[in-house]
Amino acid sequence: MNRVLMKGNEAIAKAAIISGCRYFFGYPITPQNEIPEYMAREMHKVGGVFLQSESEIAAINMVYGASGSGGRVMTSSSSPGIALKQEGISYIASAELPCVIVNMMRSGPGLGGIQPSQADYFQVTRGGGNGDYRVISYAPASVQESVELVNRAFRVSEKYRIPAMIAGDGMIGQMMEPVDFSGIEELDRVERPWAATGTDSHPGRNVISTLMLEPSSLESHNVKLKAKHDLIESEEAMYETYNMDGAEVVLVAYGTTSRIVKNTISALESHGVKAGLIRPITLWPFPKQAFSKIPSGCKLVMSVEMSMGQMIDDVEIALGGRFISAFYGKAGGVVPTPSDIVDAVISNLEVI
Amino acid sequence: MAFIFKRTAGLTEKPTHYCPGCSHGIVHRLVAESLEELGLLGRTVGVASVGCSVFSYEYFNCDMHQAPHGRAPAVATGIKRVLPHNTVFTYQGDGDLASIGTAEIVHAAHRGEKITTIFINNANYGMTGGQMAPTTLPHQKTTTCPLGRDPESTGMPLRVSEMISTIDGAAFVERVSVDSPSAVRNAKSAILKAFRCQIEGKGFSMVEVLSSCPTNLNLKPSEAMRWVRENMVPYYPLGNFRSPKGGE
Repeated sequence: MNRVLMKGNEAIAKAAIISGCRYFFGYPITPQNEIPEYMAREMHKVGGVFLQSESEIAAINMVYGASGSGGRVMTSSSSPGIALKQEGISYIASAELPCVIVNMMRSGPGLGGIQPSQADYFQVTRGGGNGDYRVISYAPASVQESVELVNRAFRVSEKYRIPAMIAGDGMIGQMMEPVDFSGIEELDRVERPWAATGTDSHPGRNVISTLMLEPSSLESHNVKLKAKHDLIESEEAMYETYNMDGAEVVLVAYGTTSRIVKNTISALESHGVKAGLIRPITLWPFPKQAFSKIPSGCKLVMSVEMSMGQMIDDVEIALGGRFISAFYGKAGGVVPTPSDIVDAVISNLEVI
Repeated sequence: MAFIFKRTAGLTEKPTHYCPGCSHGIVHRLVAESLEELGLLGRTVGVASVGCSVFSYEYFNCDMHQAPHGRAPAVATGIKRVLPHNTVFTYQGDGDLASIGTAEIVHAAHRGEKITTIFINNANYGMTGGQMAPTTLPHQKTTTCPLGRDPESTGMPLRVSEMISTIDGAAFVERVSVDSPSAVRNAKSAILKAFRCQIEGKGFSMVEVLSSCPTNLNLKPSEAMRWVRENMVPYYPLGNFRSPKGGE
């Protein structure tokens, strides 16, 4: 294993280039600036294009054009910037084009702050732009997992022709960890017979459009997208479980928060509480399957988030009322500590 | 027998949806003829914008990409960066280009993006029913300035060609009209020059076309053309604002 010490953002950019990404359009916003800066330094060395756009809106529309022309393309931003990109993401999803979008979440709403947060859960799992669409969202918990999920995001995005998002946070983007790129490979070129590249290069005329004024044709399009979403839900959900055998408390957490929760589990043990963890790796599709693994004797399922409670909605849907649920969260860029979480578990157990 | 006038291969056979007397039909034909004459149709990607001309993706006989409102120059930028040897053009109205999309058009010009923009200025928002545009003339009545545009509260009309021509990356900027046969010939000449400018890699090129909208002006087609000539041309002077150094 040949490991290098790298910052999360830079490792993600490097993994994208290794994966075969050759077009990057972006606009600076903290805490993800190392991604466009890395792309500016490195993309030209592989014959690719880095372009700093005039806005997040322009960046995502450059992605839209580049993907429609057959390019393997990525953009990155952070929460308010992702909000601006939502119009374009809706178009890309409707036109069924592949791309990767990195969101290094910061605290909000509004301009908010630049510290890590998970308050974009709704934005990255519910669409955020207009209409019936989804994007695949991956939530890495380490720099190593970030690079693996970038590689996977390009592959899955192209397989299903759907935008894929890396839903990290400021902590994942900014921290340095050892990372091994040996498992990251350039992806095979998927044929793109639908790309608008000029009629000399394919039979007929290719048109990339999202306008369907006839209600029945638009409904057919929505039904087709739904079938694709259903397939992705059955095939692409990813999760990790930890210490679940005989757990009387199951904590649900993703990304940075899941690492803190793992440290909490041994602390809870010393309080006589046997706790396990479900860690969604895909936020959409939400890994409902993982919740069938909760032991029947479980007293409490608690969603732990760096938000005021967003994933808890999906947790409760997955639980279907079979277990008592609770929520614990910190917001505004405040990162929960293991002792915060231990206290929350114990106080919840006391009132059950 | 020699043909002196025939259907251009640059247009599909689909009948257009445009209102009688609307200039889009004329300008579509000029753009299509230009692409055909320059031998570019097979390696062109056009970008349709939001507004009446959104369906231009069904009429131009080349690959097309429909863009969100105002964003056509950004979409075209993405296309051109992936396909630098193709011809890429945007076809945008004044609501699209001069209002919601001002940032995108200014910065595409600013980067010297090697694309061509066909900018249709008819002094109102046509598709949504004739509301005020940034290009609406002072005291011109529209559905959102029913008493006439008041420059005191809504500003004077935006002269886009003059504005874009101040940008270094803009290689070719010309304003034309299509209100008479001679004006149509001049418009064709400008469109050809704009595409040549792109092929030669000179930078961003734009042709602004003063156009008639009889439906929303509530005028007969011939009266709408006269309205363009008598009311728009004095405020929006025709002519070339920028050409590449050393010729076209």
